[in-house]
Amino acid sequence: MKLNTNSNAYIIIYSAVMVVIVAFLLAFVYQALKPMQDANVALDVKKQILYSLNIRNLDGAEAEAKYAEVVKTEKEDENNGQKAYECQIDGKNVTVVSLKGMGLWGGISGYLAIDEEGKVYGAYFNHEGETAGLGAEIKDSQAWQEKFIGKKIWDENGNVVLSVVKKVEDPATQVDCVTGATLTSNGVDAMLKDGLKGFQTYAIGRMLETVANTDSTKVVEE
Amino acid sequence: MALFSKQNKEVFTNPLNVDHPILGQVLGICSALAVTSQLKPAIVMGLAVTVITAFSNVIISIIRNTIPNRIRIVVQLVVVAALVTIVSQILKAFAYDVSVQLSVYVGLIITNCILMGRLEAFAMQNKPWPSFLDGVGNGLGYAMILVIVGAVRELLGRGSLLGFQIVPDACYDFGYVNNGMMTMPAMALILVGCVIWVHRAYFYKEK
Repeated sequence: MKLNTNSNAYIIIYSAVMVVIVAFLLAFVYQALKPMQDANVALDVKKQILYSLNIRNLDGAEAEAKYAEVVKTEKEDENNGQKAYECQIDGKNVTVVSLKGMGLWGGISGYLAIDEEGKVYGAYFNHEGETAGLGAEIKDSQAWQEKFIGKKIWDENGNVVLSVVKKVEDPATQVDCVTGATLTSNGVDAMLKDGLKGFQTYAIGRMLETVANTDSTKVVEE
Repeated sequence: MALFSKQNKEVFTNPLNVDHPILGQVLGICSALAVTSQLKPAIVMGLAVTVITAFSNVIISIIRNTIPNRIRIVVQLVVVAALVTIVSQILKAFAYDVSVQLSVYVGLIITNCILMGRLEAFAMQNKPWPSFLDGVGNGLGYAMILVIVGAVRELLGRGSLLGFQIVPDACYDFGYVNNGMMTMPAMALILVGCVIWVHRAYFYKEK
C-alpha cells in the first residue's frame, strides 16, 4: 500500500509524532547533561573571582583548590542578589564584590576586588554580547582590567569616585575608556557606581579599622 | 554500490575543491566572519558544523520518502534544530570555555545556509551513505576556510596561535604592534575574499 504523503491527516500525524519524539530526545539530553553544566557554571564563577584577585591561567582542579584556599566567606545581599566574598591573599584581607550592569548589546557583569584601604586590588569584567574587538575588550583585555589596580574607590564622604572616562583628569580614581567602545565603557562606569554604592558604609568601616591598626604613614597616603 | 565507488568519492571531494560550500556555492559566509577572530573557536565551530551537517543529512536522507512535500522545510528545520541543541548542550557540558566563546553562534548553526542548502539539494534525493559523505565533505570544506581565516586573524591580530604566543617579545620591543583591524569581522570578509580569489584563479585555469 502506498501512503498518500500529501494528505492533511498524514501531515498532521507526521508532524505531531516528529515533535513528540524530538521533545523527548531533547528533554533526555538536557537532564543527562545538567549536572555537568551546573558544575561548569559554578567553576566559571570561581575562576572569575580568582581573575579579579589577579590569579589567572589556572585550569579546573587548580582553580578549585586555589579558590578554597583564598576565599573565606561568602555573603549575599537578599535585596539585589549582590554577593561579597571575603578573601585572604598574601596576608591581606581583600573583599571581592560582584557587579551587574548593562553594556551596549546586553548584560555585563564583573568582580571587583577591594583591598583594606578601599582601593582596587584587581578587576574582572564579563559580558554577554558585546562586539568582539571593541566592547568585548572589557573581558578580553587583561591590560585594560589591570588599569583598575590601585585606584581609589570612595571619597571621604563615601561617594563612589572610581570611574571610567574618556579623558583621564585624575589618575588616582579614573580609568581610560576602551577605544571604540565608549558605550560599553559607560556601562562599566554605571555598573561600578551602582554596585559599589551599597558597600560604602561597610568599606569605610573597614578603612577606619585598618587606619586605626596601622601607623600614621598610611593615613597620610590616604 | 560500493562504499567508496568513484561516484561516492566525488560526492566527498567535490565540496573540498570545485564545489566548495563557501568558495564555490558562497554559503555560510555570515558565521565564517563571526567566529574566526581566534583559531580555537574556529576549529570547534568547523567540527560542530561538520557533525551537524553529516548527521542531519543522514537523518533526512533516511526519512526522505516519508516526508510530506508540503512541510519538508519544517521537517528539515526540526531535525537541524534538535541536533544543534544537542551539540550546544554537549559543548556546555564538556567544553564550557569554548561554548562561552562561540556564544550565540552555536545556536545560529540552525540558520547556517550550508545545512539547509545541502539538505534540500542533496539529502532529499540521495541515499543515506552518499548523503553522509556529502555532509562531511561540505562540513570539512567549511571548517577548512574557518581554520585558514582564524589562523591568519589570530596570528596577525593577537600574535598567537591557539592562545600560544608566536610572535616573540623581542619583536614587540622593536616596535611591532598587533594589527587590531584583524580582530574585527570586516577583515575576515577581506580574507575570505582573498581565499575565493586564489581558489577561482586556480580552478578556472584548470578548466
